[in-house]
Order: sequence, then structure tokens, then C-alpha cells
Amino acid sequence: MSALAHLGSAHSAPGAPGGPATARRRHRFLPYLLLLPGAAWLLLFFALPLLQLAAASLYDPNGSLSTGYALTWAFGNYPAALQAYWPQFGRSFLYAGLALVLALLMGYPLAYAIACKAGRWKNLLLVCVVAPMFTSFLVRTLAWKTILSDNGWLVGLLRDVHLLGPDGRLLATPIAVVLGLTYNFLPFLVLPLYASLERLDQRLLEAASDLYASAWQTFRRVTLPLSMPGLIAGTLLFFIPATGDYINAELLGTPKEYMIGNVIDSAFLVRLDYPQGAALSFLLMSAILAVVFVYLRRAGTEEVL
Amino acid sequence: MSRISRWFAQHWVMGVALLVLGYLFLPIAVVAALSFNRPSNRLSYDFNEFTLDNWRNPCATSDMCDAVLRSAQIGFIATVAATALGTLMAFALARHRFRGRSGLNVLIFLPMATPELVLGTSLLALFVAGGVPLGFWTIVIAHVMFCVSFVVVTVKARLSGMDLRLEEAAMDLYASEWQTFRRITLPLVLPGIVAAALLAFSLSFDDFIITNFNSGTTVTFPMYVWGAAQRGIPPQVNVIGTAMFAIALLLVLATTLRGRRARRAALAAPVVVGQTGGRS
Repeated sequence: MSALAHLGSAHSAPGAPGGPATARRRHRFLPYLLLLPGAAWLLLFFALPLLQLAAASLYDPNGSLSTGYALTWAFGNYPAALQAYWPQFGRSFLYAGLALVLALLMGYPLAYAIACKAGRWKNLLLVCVVAPMFTSFLVRTLAWKTILSDNGWLVGLLRDVHLLGPDGRLLATPIAVVLGLTYNFLPFLVLPLYASLERLDQRLLEAASDLYASAWQTFRRVTLPLSMPGLIAGTLLFFIPATGDYINAELLGTPKEYMIGNVIDSAFLVRLDYPQGAALSFLLMSAILAVVFVYLRRAGTEEVL
Repeated sequence: MSRISRWFAQHWVMGVALLVLGYLFLPIAVVAALSFNRPSNRLSYDFNEFTLDNWRNPCATSDMCDAVLRSAQIGFIATVAATALGTLMAFALARHRFRGRSGLNVLIFLPMATPELVLGTSLLALFVAGGVPLGFWTIVIAHVMFCVSFVVVTVKARLSGMDLRLEEAAMDLYASEWQTFRRITLPLVLPGIVAAALLAFSLSFDDFIITNFNSGTTVTFPMYVWGAAQRGIPPQVNVIGTAMFAIALLLVLATTLRGRRARRAALAAPVVVGQTGGRS
């Protein structure tokens, strides 16, 4: 998202003298022509559907797909949906939050090592961060099923050292779901973090240690504040898809670990309860937006978006 | 401080980083290993017996290969369309002033910040309300929609990093606008466009959540894997997974190496430019 910060600012100095400027003046309608197809596509298939979803969330809950729905402005759909599925809602944010903490513990050292310590291996290590995403998301998640399975080496090892009881499991537990979420979205956290750590002026770190700052103080007072834009962008890029994910809960968990995505999926595709599915989708989106907004306020950076 | 603890203090971050990379690659190793596995039964996820059969007959389960082919078709069409639409928008944003710029930026940014789940369900709501039959083309429409924004951002980053003076120089040397675009602008932007297209294709090929809501009965590769996860995964899925990984890795390594050679060649260039610059 740090790349998006440039969206508004990239325009070059206007009215530069010479050929291109006159050419630009001649084509007053050119930008609109260039924009028309793409903008129309986004309006038709992104903005309009959101309106339709909003309308669907206010349909009469007693209608059905076969008999047709009537728009009765049934605002009651929202509290009803929330009341029925608040555990799944809470779980989505809890699991995504736990996964975020784990991902920060792993991702920050990784990004820091690549940006500041890797030297000539920098590019290779960066490719290594992205490379796992070359394989299909679902195939990778299924591989975790093998790793965490009851007769796999990991569970065997953990049982031997008594971290797990004799019939303790990893698969089909919240641990598996959180691990899967951490794994699948970790690169989204690492990449922006790397980008901002890479720009860090190494001389500042030297200056700090010249002034007798300990390694921890240098990190706390210099490195961390300067990597804030990348950290914020990375946490958002991690948290938003992790909260809405339901693949990990479905493949690595059980219905006891279901997140709100599983409920929305079944509302639209199995139970065919469109008003409820739409209401839950909107609740999810507004909850995420609220979290993001509070977080950005707290973090005190407005240049990220 | 002893030498050992000093060494540790300097290298522990790298150590943690390598462990984390190990965590990232563990499932890939498992996928590669399982691609050589003869499973004991359909629902087993454990390694049983080494075999080359899966690689010899990747299409033993023919509906899987149909799904891969369909994903490739959808990915190709969606990539061409999204790259075209996105590149045009990137040019407008990077090179022109116009009204409604900030609104447009929001329109481009929002699809990337919206959870995929919401993108998928809202399109489904629209298609159902409009009576559009779900299938191949609704998937294409959805994929173009979520790829466009990524194309705009990628191409625009390349455009705004470009030296405008090169184009001005071409115009000064009496190149027509078309010639300038064809000979200067396009070659310089092309790496950005190619990167955007590759990104779009991989996003489209791997998309599950949005596709799941808008596919009707059409089965893409991720949809196939999802369905098979309930019935038992054929080991050929891991062959496809490993092959995808290998192909993409080769592509990336090839472009990195080419970039390095180009940079080495460019090292010679500034000397020449510097000399001519000094003379004038």
C-alpha cells in the first residue's frame, strides 16, 4: 500500500515548455478516453455490485431465490445476523490478530535481515520470500494438512517431548488454523516492511551506537520508528485478507474453528440466504474498515492511504 | 564479550530469517515430495511409496487437466483485458491532468483494500439480480475487475520513475508523437507492462474466493482442488503445484539474470554520457 501513496503525487511538473506540453494541451479529451474503459469496468463490476449487495442485505428475509426477494429495507437483518454468528465474527478477528502477532515476530527479523544484513544475497532472498506464492494457495494449504497430520513427524516429535499429550493433535485445532493464516499471508507483511527498511540510512544506526545506544535502544528509537510506514502497510495487507479468509479454517480446522467467511460462503452457496449473507458481508467490511481506521489514527500516519 | 557471544549477537537476526524462510519453504518441499507419492488410499495425506507415475501421467484424472486448461484460458483472457485497461489508465494518471482525479484514485484503490469475500459476494448479488447466468464469462469479468487495480499501480510506478527528458529529446529531434511513443516511451514502459501482466495472470490463475462465488458449475483449477479436498486429492494435483512453482521460479531467475547483465552493460554507458556531457 505504500506504493499507493504515490498514486496522487506522481504527476510531473505541469506546463513544462516544449513539445510534450503543447501536445498535452492539444489532447484535452485524451485522458478521459484513456480512462473510460477501465473506469467503466470498475464502476460496473466493483461499485455497482457493492450497491446491489447493500440492497440485498435489506431484502425481506422471508423471500427466497425461487420466489424472488422484495426490497423491504429490513434493517433487522443486521442485528439478526450478528446475533446468530457473533462467535464466528469474534473468531475471525481473534485468529487474524494472533496470526498477525506471529507474523510480526517472524516477518520483522526476516525483512530486517534481507534489507540490512544480506549484502549481495539480497535479491535472491527476496525471491525466496515470494517464491512460495508461485504454487497454488490451496495446494500449499493442503500441504500443511500433511505436515500437521496425526501420524506426521511433527506431531510425533511434539508428543515425544511431551509438548502434546499422547493423543494430542495439531490438525483440526485452532493452532492449525492460526498457523495456516500466518503462513499464507506472511509475504504480504514482509514485502512492504522490507521496502521501508531497505531505504533506512545505515549511518543513522552507526550514529546511534556512536552515541552509546545499546542494540535494543537503537532498534526501539531509530529502526522501528523509521520502518513505521512499511510496518503499517504490511500489517494492513496481512490483516485484511486474513480476516476474510475461510480456506484455512475449512481445510485445517473443523466447524468449531469456522470463521465468518465460512458462514458467508454457506449463506450464499449452500443455504441460499442472500439477505443474511449480504448483511454479514457488509458487517465484515465495516468491521475491517473500522479496525483499519482506528489503527491508522493510533499509528498517527495518514500518508499510508 | 567472548568471541562466540559476539558472533551470536551479530548473526542471530540472519539465523532467525533463515529459519523463517525454512518455514515458508516447508510446504513447497512437501508438495514436491507428495508429487512422487503413491498414496495408500484416496483420503490419505501421508507419504507412502515413491513413484514416477504421477509425473508420467499428469492427466490421469482428466477433469483436473480440463480445470488447469480452463484456468489458463481464463487467466489469459483476463490478463489481456486487465493489462490493456490498466495500462491506459496508468498513462492517463501519470501523464495527464484532469478533473475527478482523486475520485478515480479511490476507485482504483478500493478493490485492493476490500476483502475478496466482499468482492465475490457483491458480484454474485449483481449477477443474480441481473439474471446473468454464472459460468466462464462471469469468472472472466470478475478476474478483470480485481486485476485492473494491480496493473494500474504497477505500470504507473514504472511510468512515474521514467525520465521525461528522453521523450522531450526525441520530440526536439523532430520525432512525431507516434514515433516518440513507439520508439522511446513504449520500450521504456514495457518491463512494467510485462510485470503487470505476469502479476495479473498469477492472481487470476490462483484465485479461489471470488471465483467460488461466480463460477456456477464451471471448474477452474483452484475450484477443482477445493472440491477434491473433500473427496480425496489425486497426487497429480501436487505435480501441477510443483510444476507451477518450478516454471515461475525459472521465469523470475531468468529475468533477474537478464537484469543483472543489462546493469553490467549499463555500467559502461555513463562514462560515454559523462564525456559528451562534459564537452558541451
